[in-house]
Amino acid sequence: MSKPVFVYTTYIETTADKLWQALTDGDFTERYWFGHRVASDWQVGSSYRFAKEGQPSVEGKVLVSDPPRQLAYSWDSSCSDEAPRERTSRVTFDLVPHGKVIKLVVTHDELDEAGRTLRNVSAGWPMVLASLKSILETGHALDIEPAAAKELAHA
Amino acid sequence: MSIEKFKPATVYTIYIASTPEKVWQALTSAEFSQKYFFGNSVEVELRVGGAFIVRTPDGARHISGEVFECDPPNKLTVTFNVNWPELIEKLGPTLVTYEIEPAGDAVKLTMTESHDRPLSDDILSGGRQGWPAILSSLKSVLETGQPMVIKMAPPQRMLAALRELGIKTP
Repeated sequence: MSKPVFVYTTYIETTADKLWQALTDGDFTERYWFGHRVASDWQVGSSYRFAKEGQPSVEGKVLVSDPPRQLAYSWDSSCSDEAPRERTSRVTFDLVPHGKVIKLVVTHDELDEAGRTLRNVSAGWPMVLASLKSILETGHALDIEPAAAKELAHA
Repeated sequence: MSIEKFKPATVYTIYIASTPEKVWQALTSAEFSQKYFFGNSVEVELRVGGAFIVRTPDGARHISGEVFECDPPNKLTVTFNVNWPELIEKLGPTLVTYEIEPAGDAVKLTMTESHDRPLSDDILSGGRQGWPAILSSLKSVLETGQPMVIKMAPPQRMLAALRELGIKTP
């Protein structure tokens, strides 16, 4: 049986450089990633961490850093909750220009077949990426129900 | 035709800063759809059994179908059959369901494309390439008022697979 993979594609009217910045700058992510700030020097092999109000939520290692085309990092959300941990998974962002628009493909793989992380990120990525698109195109993040946004924190 | 035997093959969820009524209108109005659906117009008779048509800018019928579920502004289910000869005979109808739910100040729109038989990933690749572009563009129109122009090549992998089945594609 093949391992589960979650892939989400969205098109955003912005530049690859702005999109790269939005994905990697904590001031930016805090505004659209439901309060989660990311911090890293984004060198391959370095750590990165998301934290909300000082509490870590997701962390891992930078696997690929090829601005502004591809970013990949390992994904471990067990720092934020007490449930049995699932294996570390992997997220890859591919930024593909299409004229004045960027196609962003997010691939979340190496997921544990038990499925809890898959279920949580399958619900969470569309929320985060819709909020990212909104902030880049309109200047405003999405105001989705806080309870629903919490799903991402516990992915 | 019974929709019960249709199973989801592609699901796409998108959150939009808008209201369920406006999202419903965008999905079902010709004027709106031209802005986000590659210039095509959606015409739909909003009742079970009503006609569902998508026309290309020259007025030709590109996609035809029928309304199976109509619950404004929450749910719309239609058959969504591209008008290529023998497509339905060889692949069966395509069913598209839009579900619109409030999500805080935003709307969660879920598009589900279903079929009555297993289809290869190559055949499904056309929809999987198109839906994110159409729905991303819908979101931009509703949030910014401006359409996005997405340069998109025809879905070659799907077209090749259809031709192999003897379906004549343009």
